[in-house]
Amino acid sequence: MFETLTDRLNTTFSFLRGRKTLTSENIAEGLSEVRSALLDADVHFAVARDFSARVEARIQGSAQVAEVEPSQQFVHAFHQELVELMGPEDAQLNFAKKGPTVILMAGLQGAGKTTTCAKLALYLRDKRGKRPLFVAADIKRPAAVEQLKVLGRRLEMPVFFEEGLGPPALCKRGVEFAAKNGYDLVLLDTAGRLHIDDELMDELNEIARTTRPHNQVLVVDAMTGQDAVNSAKAFDERLSLTGCILTKLDGDARGGAAVSLKAVTGRPILFIGTGENIEDLDAFHPERMAGRILGLGDVVSLVEKAQEEISEHEAQASMEKMLLGSFTLEDMLAQMRMMRKLGPMKKVMAMMPGMPKEARDMDIDEQDMNRLEALFTSMTAEERLKPALLDMGRRRRIARGAGQPIGAVNDLLKRFKGMKQMMKQMNKLGLGGMFGADAKKETLRGLSSSGELASDTGGLMNTLGGLGSGIGAGMKGLGNKLLGGGMPSDMGDLGSMLNSPPPRGTSATRKASTKSKREKAKKDKRKQAKRNRRRK
Amino acid sequence: MGLLDRLRQRLTRTRSILSDGISAIFRGGRKIDASLLDELEELLYTSDLGPAATPIVAELARLHKRGDINGEEDVRDTLREILLSKLDQTPSEFDFSSTPMVILIVGVNGSGKTTTIAKLCQRFADQGKSVIVGAADTFRAAAADQLEVWAERTGADIVRSHKDGADPAAIAFDTVEAAVSRGKDVAIIDTAGRLHTQKNLMAELEKIRRVVGRRVANAPQETWLVIDATNGQNAISQAREFTSSVEVTGLLIAKLDGTARGGALFGIKEALGLPVRFVGTGESVELLEEFEPGAFVDAILGRIE
Repeated sequence: MFETLTDRLNTTFSFLRGRKTLTSENIAEGLSEVRSALLDADVHFAVARDFSARVEARIQGSAQVAEVEPSQQFVHAFHQELVELMGPEDAQLNFAKKGPTVILMAGLQGAGKTTTCAKLALYLRDKRGKRPLFVAADIKRPAAVEQLKVLGRRLEMPVFFEEGLGPPALCKRGVEFAAKNGYDLVLLDTAGRLHIDDELMDELNEIARTTRPHNQVLVVDAMTGQDAVNSAKAFDERLSLTGCILTKLDGDARGGAAVSLKAVTGRPILFIGTGENIEDLDAFHPERMAGRILGLGDVVSLVEKAQEEISEHEAQASMEKMLLGSFTLEDMLAQMRMMRKLGPMKKVMAMMPGMPKEARDMDIDEQDMNRLEALFTSMTAEERLKPALLDMGRRRRIARGAGQPIGAVNDLLKRFKGMKQMMKQMNKLGLGGMFGADAKKETLRGLSSSGELASDTGGLMNTLGGLGSGIGAGMKGLGNKLLGGGMPSDMGDLGSMLNSPPPRGTSATRKASTKSKREKAKKDKRKQAKRNRRRK
Repeated sequence: MGLLDRLRQRLTRTRSILSDGISAIFRGGRKIDASLLDELEELLYTSDLGPAATPIVAELARLHKRGDINGEEDVRDTLREILLSKLDQTPSEFDFSSTPMVILIVGVNGSGKTTTIAKLCQRFADQGKSVIVGAADTFRAAAADQLEVWAERTGADIVRSHKDGADPAAIAFDTVEAAVSRGKDVAIIDTAGRLHTQKNLMAELEKIRRVVGRRVANAPQETWLVIDATNGQNAISQAREFTSSVEVTGLLIAKLDGTARGGALFGIKEALGLPVRFVGTGESVELLEEFEPGAFVDAILGRIE
């Protein structure tokens, strides 16, 4: 829906493509683009304005780096500032030295306080070995107490509640109860309230005064718009907030509220809610958030998804085949299936950073993917292992079996050959070559979440290939490698492989395939033989 | 005091940031020029107007060039006109002729579905209609209990399951079934909050619709999406996704009693043109008003009449 910042900046700086310099005019233009991007992400407009002033200073203070597009340098500067603003990385809760640690949870109605209470309790029990006690202090919303009790039963954690007490007294008794009974963590689940409701804000203040919580946490819906600033400010004035938790980040909210929150309260963002299940609470990573806000794609989520869905072993095996050049149609099918496990192609594409707009808008029909798979499955296992066997007769049979024209079979084989060819080149160049000049990689390191990714995701990361190694350039590598490393480095080709076959009969495609046909067939045979030897 | 006055009063009880902002922009007798219009555009974002702000400002620029707009007051008046024209809708009449009228309530987590249903129950009861609610939110802990409390308070019947994780479509079906056999005028089905990006949960909503339609032809006659007024640009994405999965026939804007003004509505209107049925303007059960574009725009512009 939104144009990504990278797209916008590419437009802004396109007339500079040849010259690659930053001038005060295009800096101003770029800044205004960036401001719109922040506003689209729901960052408060005053915050966005202050912020872009800081970025301007940063850009003007840094030297122009040769080889780097001005737009990339821009995004880089913005990303860095965002990360610094939203940091630090590992903000912690405060734990009591003696007696129970008390956490007060506050927020607007529907922000997700009760659910977050449960998530936090589970998190702290598992990661910190805490013995949590909930205090059900939301006596306003019907059945809120019951909701917490149900969650408590599920988690096998007790819920403190006494009929007839006001929330401040209830919380106080709850903390006393915890101290007496050996619970070392108390979560105070308060009622949702409007920040302009003086009476209820007084009550909240009273709760904080009587229980002296070690943590006063504001729970904020990630979908909140410009108003996040107003409510955060009001809560911060009435409480001494120690941190915030951002909820509902599993949707497509860009989460600009995170920036506003941090700018207004100065309090760290402690955790983010990333799903409906009680386990879905994650530590906050400013890098990821910055990428999300700037529309750089969600590389990390893609990798995580890949980790869930694709076994390390599978991925490793297919990578080895690629590198050893023993890639067969069988492997191509396996990779296609692996890729599809990540979800609908359109979604996967959307998560990839730096994708050209055309690639993201490409209408990838899952039906076409099915059709492609049908071609593969109409081949015999032997044919898939030895593509050289596929003469016209066999191709015709496959086409009939898949219910498709013979041209479809030919296209598939053409793509397969293209992939093999590409792999060979990759081998020659070494993998790094795919991602562009090293200098560029260095400059863009901060942009990608590469550092984090490398430590987070280990081996699979390598296999999925340079996901983080520089937005843009790296992207091409990602697509290629995920799909088996085959495509010449522009995403248009990724699309053609997935789906709409290139118009058949155009000379360009023809030429490409016939050029080294004989030579290739020979090599294929040789590799196949080598592979067979290895198997023995 | 009439309904409209009450809405106006409630919506304008705090001054709007936009209104203050416009005053600030014009401070010192500034004339309208490109940079002022730029600032105005950014200012419109504070009300969550988002990208909808750009064409509005373009229109202001055009009128200024023609010499039709010359100062702060002109800008305010024209803004009001433009905003109002974007909310143009036929009055929110809906058809009670085929009973039971089945209303499906959908929305993201925490948008205010259950509370809004309570208010709808109250409203329909006040109009002398008999109401039954179906607790098809079987996911969130104690959601059915919450709805049951409201049903009791507003005198509505309820169909619910007592175990967690029951099939929401089955409950929706039973609700419509009970509405028919008990001769109820209105059946309102509460669904679990779901983020619009969750494919399988959106498919579940489609199933509920299908199943309900099997018992009563054309049901649900209305599918209303509850939008949290404090939400920003994401609300547009919500509206788009919900509309493409289930035929949303109207919007309910909840939580308009805070400092947020629900400006994302303009983006939704522009993208999807959905009518707004009701707006929630407070915590107590009778605070649900029919949507009135004039009052809504005045609230955004911070005009107190």
